[in-house]
Amino acid sequence: MQLRRTFLILVPYLWMLLFFLVPFFIVMKISLSQVALAIPPYTPTLDITQGWDGLVKFFSQLSFSNFQFLTTDDLYWRAYVSSLEIATVATAITLLVGYPIAYGMASAPDEWRPTLMMLVILPFWTSFLIRIYAWMGILGREGFVNSTLEWLGIIHEPLTILNTNWAVFIGIVYGYLPFMILPIYAALDKLDVSLTESAQDLGCTQIKAFWLITVPLSRPGVVAGCFLVFIPALGEYVIPSLLGGSGTLMIGKVLWEEFSSNRDWPVASAVAVVLLLILVVPIILFQRNQQRQQEAEQ
Amino acid sequence: MANPAKKTVFAPWDDTNEKPLITFEGVTKKFGSFVAIDDLNLQIYTREFFALLGPSGCGKTTLMRMLAGFETPTQGRITLAGQDIGPVPPNKRPVNMMFQSYALFPHLTVWDNIAFGLRRSDMPRDQIPARVEEMLRLTRMEKFAQRKPHQISGGQRQRVALARSLAKAPKLLLLDEPLGALDKKLRHDTQFELMDIQEKTGTTFVIVTHDQEEAMTVASRVAVMNQGKVVQVSTPDRIYETPATAYVADFIGEVNLVEGVASPNPAGGYAIAWAEGQAPIVSACDKSIAQGARVSFAIRPEKVRITPDRPEGAQNAMQGKVHDIAYLGNISTYHVLLPTGQIIKAQTANSRRVENREFTWEDDVWLSFTDTAGVVLTE
Repeated sequence: MQLRRTFLILVPYLWMLLFFLVPFFIVMKISLSQVALAIPPYTPTLDITQGWDGLVKFFSQLSFSNFQFLTTDDLYWRAYVSSLEIATVATAITLLVGYPIAYGMASAPDEWRPTLMMLVILPFWTSFLIRIYAWMGILGREGFVNSTLEWLGIIHEPLTILNTNWAVFIGIVYGYLPFMILPIYAALDKLDVSLTESAQDLGCTQIKAFWLITVPLSRPGVVAGCFLVFIPALGEYVIPSLLGGSGTLMIGKVLWEEFSSNRDWPVASAVAVVLLLILVVPIILFQRNQQRQQEAEQ
Repeated sequence: MANPAKKTVFAPWDDTNEKPLITFEGVTKKFGSFVAIDDLNLQIYTREFFALLGPSGCGKTTLMRMLAGFETPTQGRITLAGQDIGPVPPNKRPVNMMFQSYALFPHLTVWDNIAFGLRRSDMPRDQIPARVEEMLRLTRMEKFAQRKPHQISGGQRQRVALARSLAKAPKLLLLDEPLGALDKKLRHDTQFELMDIQEKTGTTFVIVTHDQEEAMTVASRVAVMNQGKVVQVSTPDRIYETPATAYVADFIGEVNLVEGVASPNPAGGYAIAWAEGQAPIVSACDKSIAQGARVSFAIRPEKVRITPDRPEGAQNAMQGKVHDIAYLGNISTYHVLLPTGQIIKAQTANSRRVENREFTWEDDVWLSFTDTAGVVLTE
């Protein structure tokens, strides 16, 4: 029994160790190294054959100079701030779009719900990358949006949507909407209809009952949805690089450029480590929200 | 000489000058093709404790939801204090409802739950705390004012729900299976508490229940419903003693139903021929029933005497064998098998200890009852 329990716990821990902690320490190590014209493109590399002396030499060559470098060039902190801004605004828009959809699903007749749920999940059946590529076609100057608006006579000059922050917002809202809808739907679905009915019975209009009862009681779902959108949106790379323009500054894109164009693995790693540190805060808040919700349900 | 006892009896339904608080006039409610309420007429009077009793699906909850304003009648009119309430939304009605699930707001404290309705009313803000305190005192929940609903017991939740629905002093309080979630003992105590509170506040209560004992205990009048129709509206004792139909007789308490053919006796009342070779049942019924009509004779088990020998001068007597005994502690119900194959139940109080009881299985016994003990039902 004891053995079985240990084994059950061991599996996820081993998984975390192999696929999160070990890679993280490798990235951490690279961030403390110096760029070099070699394979791999950084020094020092650990050579165990040299024994104790090699180990001492290895550690003495590690330094925080890459992290210091991040503070000297304002590109990096501007990219972090801009990422935070874009992720925050996009999360807010996703919430505004997602809540009514989730509410509509939760108040739909029972026989409709599986279909509606299917429609929300359906986009996952296609590759994320392909779906974002499709938006390039939709938002471009000759794209679907512009041609439709021109055909309707609303505009005469094509709008520039692609390669702006607007396109990035549209991409994030589209791509992460299911992550917002599903937890909110789960929270709303659990709500007893008699709660809003009794609020009406006690003198609330339907709208007031929604604000005083439905909104506060669906808050755990809203918080969960916001984190599920905000956390990946912050480090998003595909959407800003495909839909965003040269003016769109996001840390995921900077990281990629450091890594591939500049071949500066140490600086790229330092950027990644800082991004992770920034993300730890919302992740911990998210976990606390989930835990509190579980406790409340017991 | 005037009868002084009459004055204290609360019976506005017998007073032709009394105006009903609520009237249902030809109300029909359909859900698609399903008829939940079928051309229903009903009057409920001020200060009544009115029970809607029936099996699940009989339409009693729909009736209540129409009073609260969550459903509108497909046809007909519902008036409250003379006003047609059909177009009035739930939040504008002087009616409050206590939900079966209690529907306490889980994110608010007991205090805020009770104050919720008052804050939506035109009551001045500074008077709200006093009213909430009053409600907490009425339901003995003062100590729990700052708790959240999940931190109190089921019985306490029930009391908070009651306090919340009474806080706005509604003209009419609706209670949807209010005690359904409580265990039996607590339910009994709470029934009396409900009656006390109803009397203290003078509010008109309409309670929905499927528990006939509960309806009989609390209500001033009971409406027995079946398939969207009210079968009988009367005081609990009338419902029990003189059920209008065999359905009501069978639904309320235990009953023996004997089918037969009625023929009027020259001296009044009826003789009911119910089986070959058996003396007809004599009943002093004053209803007018046609000669040869098929009727059901209904008699409660506790009104049937069970004796070892044929009692002297009994108006109705029949012999049988004890088939089964249901021992309930305070009373026993004997199931007596007649030679005709029918089983008649007779109930006696267990005044002796069980090991000294007079009858046991397979004993030959006599059942007897007077001509006024039962009722003759034509429906």
